[in-house]
Amino acid sequence: MRQGRLVVVGNGMVGQRFVDALCARDSDGRWRVTVLGEEPRPAYDRVRLSALFDGVGAAELNLHTPDPRVRLRLGAPVTTIDRTRRVVTTTADEYPYDALVLATGSYPFVPPIDGVDLPGVFTYRTLDDLAAIRAHARGCRRGAVIGGGLLGLEAANALRLLGLVTTVVEFAPRLMPVQVDTAGGALLRRYVEELGVACHLGVATSALRPGPDGAVARLELADGGRVDADLVVVAAGIRPRDELARAADLPLGRRGGVLVDRACRSADERIWAVGECAAVDGTCHGLVAPGYAMAETVADRLVGGAATVPDADTATKLKLLGVDVASFGDAHGTTPGSLDVTFTDPATRVYAKLVLSDDAQTLLGGVLVGDADAYPTLRASVGQALPAAPLALLAPAGAGPGAAALPGSTQVCSCNAVTRADLDAAIAGGAADVPTLKACTRAGTSCGSCVPMLRQLLDAAGVGQPRGLCEHFEVSRQELFDLIRVRGIRTFSRLIAEYGRGDGCDICKPVVASILASLGTGHLLDGERASLQDTNDHFLANLQRDGSYSVVPRIPGGEITPEKLIVLGEVARDFALYTKITGGQRIDLLGARVEQLPQIWRRLVNAGFESGHAYGKALRTVKSCVGSTWCRYGVQDSVGLAIALELRYRGLRAPHKIKAAVSGCARECAEARGKDFGIIATDAGWNLYVGGNGGFRPRHADLFATDLTTEALVRLVDRFLMYYIRTADRLQRTAAWIEAMDRGLEHLSAVIVDDSLGLCAELDAAIAHHVGSYSDEWRDVLEDPARLGRFTSFVNAPEVPDPSIRFTEERGQRVPARAGETGNQQPVGLGMPQVRR
Amino acid sequence: MTGQPRGWTVVCPLTRLDPGRGVAALVDGVQVALFRTAANLFALDNRDPVTDAYVLSRGIVGSRGEVPTVASPLHKQAYDLRTGDCLDLPGVAVRWHEVRCRAGLVEVRLREEA
Ligand SMILES: Cc1cc2nc3c(=O)[nH]c(=O)nc-3n(C[C@H](O)[C@H](O)[C@H](O)COP(=O)(O)OP(=O)(O)OC[C@H]3O[C@@H](n4cnc5c(N)ncnc54)[C@H](O)[C@@H]3O)c2cc1C
Ligand code: SF4
Ligand code: FES
Repeated sequence: MRQGRLVVVGNGMVGQRFVDALCARDSDGRWRVTVLGEEPRPAYDRVRLSALFDGVGAAELNLHTPDPRVRLRLGAPVTTIDRTRRVVTTTADEYPYDALVLATGSYPFVPPIDGVDLPGVFTYRTLDDLAAIRAHARGCRRGAVIGGGLLGLEAANALRLLGLVTTVVEFAPRLMPVQVDTAGGALLRRYVEELGVACHLGVATSALRPGPDGAVARLELADGGRVDADLVVVAAGIRPRDELARAADLPLGRRGGVLVDRACRSADERIWAVGECAAVDGTCHGLVAPGYAMAETVADRLVGGAATVPDADTATKLKLLGVDVASFGDAHGTTPGSLDVTFTDPATRVYAKLVLSDDAQTLLGGVLVGDADAYPTLRASVGQALPAAPLALLAPAGAGPGAAALPGSTQVCSCNAVTRADLDAAIAGGAADVPTLKACTRAGTSCGSCVPMLRQLLDAAGVGQPRGLCEHFEVSRQELFDLIRVRGIRTFSRLIAEYGRGDGCDICKPVVASILASLGTGHLLDGERASLQDTNDHFLANLQRDGSYSVVPRIPGGEITPEKLIVLGEVARDFALYTKITGGQRIDLLGARVEQLPQIWRRLVNAGFESGHAYGKALRTVKSCVGSTWCRYGVQDSVGLAIALELRYRGLRAPHKIKAAVSGCARECAEARGKDFGIIATDAGWNLYVGGNGGFRPRHADLFATDLTTEALVRLVDRFLMYYIRTADRLQRTAAWIEAMDRGLEHLSAVIVDDSLGLCAELDAAIAHHVGSYSDEWRDVLEDPARLGRFTSFVNAPEVPDPSIRFTEERGQRVPARAGETGNQQPVGLGMPQVRR
Repeated sequence: MTGQPRGWTVVCPLTRLDPGRGVAALVDGVQVALFRTAANLFALDNRDPVTDAYVLSRGIVGSRGEVPTVASPLHKQAYDLRTGDCLDLPGVAVRWHEVRCRAGLVEVRLREEA
């Protein structure tokens, strides 16, 4: 068989994808491929172009992998197509073709305004454009962007990152007019303006004027206003590059673009067009996902297939200037009879809209501004029955129902048309992690927004994570909890003899210790149980890097009397402890040696303090703002509630630490949404949020119930905590616990509100038992000589302080000496490094 | 320190050690971590070689396969109680010492080399 000659014009994102797709399919070498590209470099990820201003190198954007079957000519723009001779020409050469694929993309549209050709005016499309902007920006102070769409806002952010005071001028009355609606645009504007980017909306730019150096100096607006700017980016839209086709007399779309059918074939059966230059059935698409679908289609056709492009997915999600914006499907509700469900939370500044079919059963599209966590699931659900109740879907930071709830036919990765069934098959075929899954299905390799769903599917399939706790127990924490509870087992030795093997380890021992503590079965340090505790629980203090410990007394709600504050100061002074205010509104005393802990605590307990459980996987603090008692905005007594909750749940052992907060109004000064459970006062009562956390992977809590009375609120929190304690995995915070549930919040609500499992009475009783049997762990130690006996430095020299713990002074306080400062084992005098006795 | 073999030092009554837990002891100025398991006594240097803190005696005692272990309380690396070898970091080890129980008393004899 004679090899066909295939010429591809353009080596951009879609051209490259086409070549990759063809090479993957053309296993018997039907085609000899020549790629002619105008830019001086091979294909790169244009979508991530702006990452260059975040410190990403151009090399990281590369999309091109060399293939021996492909000849690539760069810096070689095609100037003409001769359809009769079937050759294309560049300035240097002629290339005969049997098939020709046009992948020439778009050019930035520059409106015919006076002065657009001045130095200092740029477009925003190529690596070269960005390099030129960066070079010119040196020495500039003010920048302006003409165009407030997706591209314009990206450009505005780039100027901001280059240190310019930036203004956006947009002709339409709102930002991102194509993607978002009026309300979403208004919220977006607030975010953008808060970042210091000024917006002039609903006004045209009438001229650009130069300064004395001949470069652009200001914009004149049609309403008579003016904007000073010594660097201007024009981002006023794009136009398909159809000039070759036009000159070759090929039919074009009404608004430009090479007119092609659903096979992406033009009026000339040997010529195809893909990407932004193609007008499929007359419509051009300015996003990469539809372009990729075209690339796959033509590749299939050229090896004898019959593929056609599906309806384009115009969904967009981006993080612009730190704000999530997403729109998908019929975002503007243009379907006849469609219904809108909107959700606006002025406190958290989230706007979300879902467009539903007239019977409110099918999801048609939507807009999210401020928090787009729900985007992947929602986008994948367009055209299908709603995967959950609208409120649950839209609740801010709502993980939504998760990918595990989607039917097999749903496209999980819209960029690459990969369905849930495809992914399940790959997982069944052995793909056990996200990278493998990406490699064998291509899902997640374009915009990346579906990657969280890939992870959820892997989790749902139970791949990659053995269920057992450790080598000693094959059961999970939840199963252990039930065994211990139901069988009434009270010792580790019996448990491991009956249900495990070996001697245990630093994973299973603390888990069992924690479960026994959660069940309220006696003091941490009694009998065999002491040996299960990790060192923090064993000394009821937090181990620091130098072997000393820190002490954190409880200060419920962060409220403390001056007298108690003085006691803390005196104790810290007398024991030379380093003091620091914690994020949980209490005071950390650091640098205590083991044998000092009982002496310190005796003073604290006598002054009315009790353990703060900073050392335990337990409730830490319930933070609060001053609320209605003092604050002129407060609508409820946030301090009173915080104290009541902290006292109710103090000492409650859990799979991980639990943090909470109460804010006195929607201004949210206590940062309650960053907590495992957070409460925000409303005029009518309290809103409860669950599943937030700070730390390594911060996450906002989800709204769980609104306008609760105090009594109803406490009941829900009781059940939430006890259900968490009983069923979560080891070291699983509430956020991950909820995410891991089938149907997430909806399930949680069924269990603790509707009592779908008939558990509530048990959960309530367990909390009541906890509240009734609470006693201060430190007081119990001080009253018991056997427990006290553990707090010694050396078993044979209990009075000798550990000589390895030594300090130096920093900003007037004692801190651990660094290795170099200790050198040998001689004590170091306070404030006098390296003094030998 | 000299190269001469040292004698045994009495440290404490066996009853001061809980099965499955360690304590620190001071023997000739050296910090020793003593451990008692269901059937045995072990002694290692108390110094955690990874962090330089004297804390190994405060780790959780357990087993990995057949090997009796203690996990450093700071960063959880496990050490073989018999040899002091770190099971998680190749090449890292702590010194082990001889330990025995005589007439209800725990005795330790330091070993010289690391
Ligand atoms: C800053 C920026 C951000 C973007 N963000 C997103 C986003 O978040 N999501 C999204 O979906 N899309 C985004 N896009 C759009 C996306 O980049 C395009 O949809 C995609 O690049 C289109 O691919 P293409 O191959 O059709 O065109 P291009 O990638 O533009 O490639 C066309 C190539 O053809 C070359 N060419 C043109 N004429 C000739 C000729 N005569 N001879 C030889 N070569 C020629 C051009 O030089 C160019 O290299 C963004 C674009 C930009 C600029
Ligand atoms: S959250 Fe409201 S009540 Fe509390 S301090 Fe802030 S403004 Fe005042
Ligand atoms: S949806 Fe864009 S990569 Fe999957």
